[in-house]
Amino acid sequence: MSGYYFSILQGSLVSAAVALTSLAIAVALGLLTAAARLSKNRTSVYVATAYATVMRGIPELVLMLLVFYGGTMGLNQLLQMMGSSTSVDINPFLAGVFTLGVIYGAYMSETFRGAILAIPAGQAEAAQAFGMSRRQIFFRIILPQMVRYALPGFSNNWLVLIKATALVSLIGLHDMTYLAKQASAATRQPFVFLLFTGLLFLVFTSLSLWGLRKLNDKYSLGTRQVVLL
Amino acid sequence: MKWDVIFQAENLALYGEGVVTTLGLLFSSLLVGGVLALFMAIALTERWKWLRLLVGAYTYVFRGTPLLIQVYLIYYGLGQLEWIQARWDEVWPWTYFKDPAFCAVLALSLNTAAYTAEMLAGAIRETNPGEIEAAQAFGMNHWQVMWSVTLPSAFRRTLPAYGNEVIMMLQTTSLASAVPSLIDLTSAASRVYAKFYLPFEAYLFAGLMYLLMTFALSGMFKLLERRYLAFLAPRSSNV
Repeated sequence: MSGYYFSILQGSLVSAAVALTSLAIAVALGLLTAAARLSKNRTSVYVATAYATVMRGIPELVLMLLVFYGGTMGLNQLLQMMGSSTSVDINPFLAGVFTLGVIYGAYMSETFRGAILAIPAGQAEAAQAFGMSRRQIFFRIILPQMVRYALPGFSNNWLVLIKATALVSLIGLHDMTYLAKQASAATRQPFVFLLFTGLLFLVFTSLSLWGLRKLNDKYSLGTRQVVLL
Repeated sequence: MKWDVIFQAENLALYGEGVVTTLGLLFSSLLVGGVLALFMAIALTERWKWLRLLVGAYTYVFRGTPLLIQVYLIYYGLGQLEWIQARWDEVWPWTYFKDPAFCAVLALSLNTAAYTAEMLAGAIRETNPGEIEAAQAFGMNHWQVMWSVTLPSAFRRTLPAYGNEVIMMLQTTSLASAVPSLIDLTSAASRVYAKFYLPFEAYLFAGLMYLLMTFALSGMFKLLERRYLAFLAPRSSNV
């Protein structure tokens, strides 16, 4: 019995790895897309907007199945065309992380775009007047202030992302949800194992909420809080 | 790419069935979840401390765990409990727990209720104090204020966020495909994939259908917002 709990606990590390790796991809893609949407280049605005719109309109699961099964088939066809007779399977970790990263990149881009727009234009102009380069303006003026505006949306996306990692169990990655289902099938006691997994997720989300609140307090130092009575 | 396979009558019919199931799941869980959310939002903003804590704990747990786990818990997990086992063959409400559609709708409803309740509670808390004072000055009692002033205005202000929630829910219904024997749009695609081994066509087509439904829903909410949030729009100069 306790062996199953232990294996689910180990699976939680896989879930955490999926979540963190997807987050890294999502943040990178989100920043890039936000920059593209705010740029003056028409084509990049269209491409970025289309990406953000389409990705937010398709369920994670459908895209994950598409990447996993379609990717495997595409890769094998490619290998065949190159004359190789070996067949490969796409690693479910890569497929899952790629899908979640691409989807949450679209959500992140919305958050980041809003955050960049929330910074008064005068700030960038003032920095320009000081002779800063575009790179300097971004890293010294925009980015530090953006964090504050982006944090609430970022927190939301992260919490949704953590929960979305459960989907990788459906393409066969041995994350905690997959292991919980296996333990359920083996012992015919699905209730306790699923409840345990749910609790682990709750621990993850609670820890994140706590950490993000600390971060939020730090980045909104010195801003005026208005309280309606 | 073999798109003609997708457009064979029987496969289109399968997708059609999937769309109907998906929309059925969506609207029934929005209805049940919406009613639950209304009561929970009131509980979250009223002064009954224990009820507030209880509902707060409920929304915390349901918003902090994946829907997939909730679906599994209801569909597979409850069957482990002897108390349910003793009843689900005969005793009335419990017989539903053998029905996959019921379990899916239950999980989706409980999930969306938690999100919607918090959203609505936020809007209720942010009601302009002046509106409430004015209503009190008219001699309205607590529930009259709630029913004719606070709630109507809170509903309106929740509309944009609720639109997002509805679109998220549409995508979330795809998890119902994890419950066997329920053919929603995603499981329809999986069946077509398994039968013809055409992953790109099968899932891309389903993705396209989801996208169309998303656009339709977001268009609908734009219209609703234009109608019900007209008083918040910037005043145009040429009226």
